[in-house]
Amino acid sequence: MSALLEITNVTKTFPGVVANENISVSVAAGEIVALLGENGAGKSTLVKSVFGMVRPDSGEIRIKGELIAPGDTGGAIARGVGMVHQHFQLVPVMTVTENIILGDEPKRGIFINMKAARAEVIALSEKYGLEVDPDAFVEDLPVGTQQRIEILKALRKDVDLLILDEPTAVLTPQETDELLQVMKNLATSGVGVLFITHKLREVMAVADRVVVLRNGRVAGSTSPRETDEEGLAQLMVGRNVVLQVEKGEAKPEASTLEIKALSVNDDRKHLAVDGLNLEVRAGEIVGVAGVEGNGQRELVEAICGMRPRLSGEVLVSGEATPDMHPHKVHSMGVSHIPEDREKHGLVSSYSIEDNLVLNQFDRDPFAKGWIRNVAALEENATRLVEEFDIRTPSIKTTAGALSGGNKQKVVVARELSQDTRVVIAAQPTRGVDVGSIEFIHNQLIAARDAGAAVLLVSAELDEILSLADRVAVMSGGKIVAILDAKDAERGLVGRLMAGLSA
Amino acid sequence: MAGKKFSRTWLTPVVAVLVAFAIGAILIYIQGADPLKAYQSLFSHAFGSWSGIAKTLGKATPLVLSGLAVTIGLRAGLFNIGVQGQLVMGAFAAAWAGYFIHGLPIYIHLPVALLFGVAFGAGIGLIAGALKAYRGIHEVITTIMLNSIILALVDYLAGHVFQEPGQILARTPHILPSATIPNIFSMPSGFFFAILLAYGVWWVFQRTTSGFRLETVGRNKSAAWYAGISVKRSVLIAMAVGGGIAGLGGGIESLGVIGRFEPTFNTGLGFDGITIALLGRANPLGVIPGAILIGGMRGAAASMQFDAGVAPEIVDLILALVLFCVTAPFLAKWLKSTEVGAKISSGWGN
Repeated sequence: MSALLEITNVTKTFPGVVANENISVSVAAGEIVALLGENGAGKSTLVKSVFGMVRPDSGEIRIKGELIAPGDTGGAIARGVGMVHQHFQLVPVMTVTENIILGDEPKRGIFINMKAARAEVIALSEKYGLEVDPDAFVEDLPVGTQQRIEILKALRKDVDLLILDEPTAVLTPQETDELLQVMKNLATSGVGVLFITHKLREVMAVADRVVVLRNGRVAGSTSPRETDEEGLAQLMVGRNVVLQVEKGEAKPEASTLEIKALSVNDDRKHLAVDGLNLEVRAGEIVGVAGVEGNGQRELVEAICGMRPRLSGEVLVSGEATPDMHPHKVHSMGVSHIPEDREKHGLVSSYSIEDNLVLNQFDRDPFAKGWIRNVAALEENATRLVEEFDIRTPSIKTTAGALSGGNKQKVVVARELSQDTRVVIAAQPTRGVDVGSIEFIHNQLIAARDAGAAVLLVSAELDEILSLADRVAVMSGGKIVAILDAKDAERGLVGRLMAGLSA
Repeated sequence: MAGKKFSRTWLTPVVAVLVAFAIGAILIYIQGADPLKAYQSLFSHAFGSWSGIAKTLGKATPLVLSGLAVTIGLRAGLFNIGVQGQLVMGAFAAAWAGYFIHGLPIYIHLPVALLFGVAFGAGIGLIAGALKAYRGIHEVITTIMLNSIILALVDYLAGHVFQEPGQILARTPHILPSATIPNIFSMPSGFFFAILLAYGVWWVFQRTTSGFRLETVGRNKSAAWYAGISVKRSVLIAMAVGGGIAGLGGGIESLGVIGRFEPTFNTGLGFDGITIALLGRANPLGVIPGAILIGGMRGAAASMQFDAGVAPEIVDLILALVLFCVTAPFLAKWLKSTEVGAKISSGWGN
């Protein structure tokens, strides 16, 4: 097998940082190669070099044996390399067909030949076994399907090598499994796949070979046959990582968070949470497992006062929390690690110091009346940066300059450092590197052991299963089952999530 | 580190001004005049004598305030183009109170007249703020429309209802001595007040919870909502306070410089405020040098025409070039961080 893509000894330095140092990776036709590494390990820089968006300082990149000049932005595409980005580049108000043909439309005269386009999309979808409805509007489709459209868009251009950048970050477990199957099918049909990820389970499931990057260097090349998840994790972070979270027995006490008959609409005014009841006791972690889009986001936002409740109530220690008043809910002792940290959790142009008091800036000691207490802000930031291991040059650094994991640590530090009775953690480790995941998990357990009632909502079933003391399975806006951790077996929870009876 | 950051922040405005003057020099040369002589005349009249400096600072006073009004909006994520209208409304209201109210001592009459200016300016700002907060109408649209409405309104009021008796020009009667702002050592005292206010606004943003609220809304509305800050209230406050400060600028102009309300004065003060706020990088203290520079150029333009035979409109042209140079990067960044970014992410419905 000759290599489709050959990256040889590529080095790229940015001022003060070596992003890639002597990296060599190759992908052959019909092969799935995983590029594994933590956030900031240099994966994106390497891919950008292939597409000419970054000029390597040295080394060479060959596609089908042909040398790609540094900074040649069209070279890789012209030679049949396709890319599926982490953030989709689709037009939400257009149909599937329109999105796939966009930029290279079959024409009849000056008009788009929609009939031919539709037929082409159906043929393409059958050829690769990627099922899509050609007439559906993209905005109505679940994320997993949108990604399938992205892949079809890339495949349409006679692609020999497909690069997928963290493709599973936004997918549910089921969608992830489907995507992995698609990747295998593509490889069988002769396409080379370069799969960029930091998720070990996926690498183990599909990769033929794994190249692990750490701090810009190749930390090791291996294959799933020769190693296991522990081994990969060790290569990735350079030390032993406890994948199975170590935690003591939960000692639950009185019910602290009570959700009674709560109903909530989603953004399109459809019922998303349907008369939901749930209790979380002090000193336990309740994990909400469910396929994304079954009302989890709406549930979290309604609890935290950020989305109007249609009916029902949310009690904290027996006291009713107000609707649509995030600040009051927060001051009743409800901490909230929001799902979208860039949108809600942080002001990226603010310093870490200001972000660490974002929702407490007007409280003692951070403000004395009208005036902010600079000394208290600095003291708080210095202490939390140390305590929560936030890797930053200074407390005055803007949050936007931090890596994903460290951004999340800023949010976690702010929410867990306060006197808190209830912790609502929504997707707390999404897009976060392995080292930070471990840290954040331990912090959630520490909050539990300190007597907080923790509600964990996550699309990562593994995260729920390893952290939760009780697992609440959510489907169709309701809690369909509550299982003790010891009874929550992966297959059973998966079936319940899919709406099947146990 | 701090020095490096400082120089990077202020590099754009300084370069913008230099580039504008360089292009201006070419245009003066094409007119057949000597650019060096023209600039020399401009700057010596503006800054070369005590009387020149007094005139410059007098011209700079309303500019500091209109620059501050725009700055407060920018900080809260709003582009207040209506400072002109807010300022003119304040100028009219203060002048009206200055001649209509009789029998008060100066230490009561003057503050009352100025407060009239503040209140009416704030009211106009509040209209645009309320339309934005409750109806979602973009403030750029409403403030531009309000500018036209107010200019027509005060023209009517000063030309008919409150016109000076026996006058054919649109202007109000002269204000009473008890509402006139006195000079301190022949320097316009309004200027020192404006500086204090600029410092006060800077301090509010730097050190108070109110400033933090506005600024958070300006930088990330979703995060502000999460943090319990009312976006609607912040929009109302930013527009009302900005309008009030603009109205104060108009009031100081009426009571300290013109002595009455006359619509033909005051023109352009609010629009220069936009240039000044952008030159000052939306920093309340940054408006001071910009206001002094532009005030000086405005004040000395006529003398430059006399000395060097250059049309005074060259000053307008240079200021337009300054605005052009300084906005290109600034606006792009501003738009990217608030409008465009929000649209792209909300388009996904997640």
